[in-house]
Amino acid sequence: MALVLTQDETMLVDSARGLLDREAPLTAFRALRNSGELLAWDRPLYGKLAENGLVAPNVGEADGGVGMGAASAGLVMEQAGHVLAAAPLLSAAISTTLIARAASDSQRSELLGPVVSGQRVLAPALDEAARHDPARLLTMAEKSVGGWTLTGTKTAVVDGFEADAWVVSAMADGAPALFLVEKGASGTSAEKFAAVDSRNYAKLTLSGGPAVRLGEGDASEALAAGLDLGRALLAAELLGMADEAFARTVAYLKERKQFDRVIGSFQALQHRAARMYARLDIARGVVLKALRAIDEGHADATWLASLAKATTTRLARDVMMEAMQMHGGIGVTDDFDVGLFVKRAQSAGELLGDDHFHTERLAAGKWGL
Amino acid sequence: MATAVQERPSGELDAFRAEVRAWLEQNCPPAIRNLPRGMDTSFWGGRNPVYPSDDHKVWFERMAERAWTVPTWPSQYGGGGLDAAQGRVLKQEMDRIGAPEPLASLGIMMLGPALLKFGTEEQKLEHIPLIARGKIRWAQGYSEPGAGSDLASLTTRGDDNGDHFLVNGQKIWTTYGHKADMIFTLVRTEPDAPKHIGISFLLIDMDQPGVEATPIRMISGNEHFAQTFFDNAVVPKANIVGERGRGWDVAKYLLTFERSSMGQSLGGGAGKTVADMALDTLGREGLAREPGLRREVAETMMETWAMQIAGERMFDTGKAGSLSPFSPNVMKLLGTELAARRTRLAMTLGGFDSLDAAGRDAYEWLQAPPNCIAGGSNEVQLNVLSKRALELPEQK
Repeated sequence: MALVLTQDETMLVDSARGLLDREAPLTAFRALRNSGELLAWDRPLYGKLAENGLVAPNVGEADGGVGMGAASAGLVMEQAGHVLAAAPLLSAAISTTLIARAASDSQRSELLGPVVSGQRVLAPALDEAARHDPARLLTMAEKSVGGWTLTGTKTAVVDGFEADAWVVSAMADGAPALFLVEKGASGTSAEKFAAVDSRNYAKLTLSGGPAVRLGEGDASEALAAGLDLGRALLAAELLGMADEAFARTVAYLKERKQFDRVIGSFQALQHRAARMYARLDIARGVVLKALRAIDEGHADATWLASLAKATTTRLARDVMMEAMQMHGGIGVTDDFDVGLFVKRAQSAGELLGDDHFHTERLAAGKWGL
Repeated sequence: MATAVQERPSGELDAFRAEVRAWLEQNCPPAIRNLPRGMDTSFWGGRNPVYPSDDHKVWFERMAERAWTVPTWPSQYGGGGLDAAQGRVLKQEMDRIGAPEPLASLGIMMLGPALLKFGTEEQKLEHIPLIARGKIRWAQGYSEPGAGSDLASLTTRGDDNGDHFLVNGQKIWTTYGHKADMIFTLVRTEPDAPKHIGISFLLIDMDQPGVEATPIRMISGNEHFAQTFFDNAVVPKANIVGERGRGWDVAKYLLTFERSSMGQSLGGGAGKTVADMALDTLGREGLAREPGLRREVAETMMETWAMQIAGERMFDTGKAGSLSPFSPNVMKLLGTELAARRTRLAMTLGGFDSLDAAGRDAYEWLQAPPNCIAGGSNEVQLNVLSKRALELPEQK
């Protein structure tokens, strides 16, 4: 597992960066936010990303995808982090993994293609508490005539409000299972959740609504795979955001003058900037390692995903603090873009577990502390 | 070494691994496997070699015969001629059985790579085989009492005296200066040139009346460093490495090796992990009573893992020719800081028992902070990153 990008991956990054710069510059996200269509994503942009094979590139060729693996999905997410692209990439990657791992062959062939082509948005609904805790699974599935019904609540449903369907975890026959719930199904309501990052979230209330079970039997492994990938992708996005906020900060240090000199000439600021540079450099390797480990089915993949998520959550948090501080007053105005990164870094940090969650997960799970 | 590496089929590498594994199993004496790290248990070579044990001697001689003291150096200069991937396999297989480095050497770590890049053919043929076979023990003479972080202000001078220089001055922090046979030094040979370009990189034989070295005792009790005094030391002009007056370039190149190896060996962490130590001394129940300590152990484990991955990435990018020129600075900065925190945490985990003045915990703890200073202090690393990587302007 070489921690260098392959030629194909470099091309993918270039193509993602080019497309995102053209179609989804930061101004587009800001415009979307300002348009009042708060909590929406940009459908035309999503279609273009799909056309270019950038939506769920992890999906295998047999399932209609490009089959470039977790690493490629991560590289796209990192680029999306640079421009804060408002597109349901995370939900696409997680839901396709859940389906590919849990669903029957006929379900796979029916469900995966439309996600990869950007026609349908499927949002994973896995969490039930304000703080990420996948072990807490109180939603119950009951077998009914002709299918299943679900009862429970879900929160932190990423890209969830305007999704066409949700991939929902619930207990069935005493074990975790996965279900597909269509938007507008009876006994199912989705509540819009306006988060600070202006993304699209939902809380779901399932009151005996109909659901289709994906595959059969215990879906724990599929769930774990979905979580591992989601965490590694969020780590990649956080890395991209931290990288971008840092680059903007360094540029500002070279431009802003006080006391008749550019403030970047002050050693107090230089050393703080240099520390961020060093930490970004280390984090880059950790994120790539986690993505590669997932692709290779490495025994440590799940722990590396936690390491990557914890590392980048903390890194992005610190970089955002420094970005605000070093930009001075302008950095904390709504007109300036730094705030957009600050807000997204906070939600991406919390989603699927923050640094505290993953430190604890490693402490107990990997090291037996 | 930045030599082009052709990819081998992995089957070939697997066969190499199998051969290496069998050979090591047969040839590395079991008694010297898994020795505690950090203590003076290495063989350093030199004109008057001192082997820590007979087994060390056997091990060194067998490895030297295969030129695996310097496995990836070119074979025409006495190196093992392995490619980078094979070199890595050898290292992995040695680590697997806890085999020690057969020859600890600043010649291997620092001077050799610099000679391979900047040396004349004569210099390479003269010095590199001696380094490879541990015949000459080298010291490094950079810092001076008045030139630490501001190394380029050094004042040890070499006066042109025909076919040789007469060197006068004082060096400090010369690693193993009192035990070395020769020393590579930075000496001001062009007193009228600007600060950075009046310095030459000279190889000086320490076995002469004009050179004297006395050890410095450190807080850990070790005497790895020395002060070295030059009083009309004679240095043939053939012993300039690189161009006269351009020793700074050689030194900078060589420092990257020192920095990355410091960062990797210290940051990556060998031997027992702090998690294992915590479980041994406190157990899960003890840790549950001290959640702050448990948390610090977990965070230190995470940072150590991240640094190991960074080392791996350095290797891979190096092989692919896309190594960042600032990786050594990053590794040195974060690796040495992590080592200082980790060894101090080990003291905490050991509690009163770790305070044992003769113990390994205390020794390793007190050994770590000097590495945040040596090899260009960590503040110098931050300056390098600020000015070169980030291109932030000089202070006025």
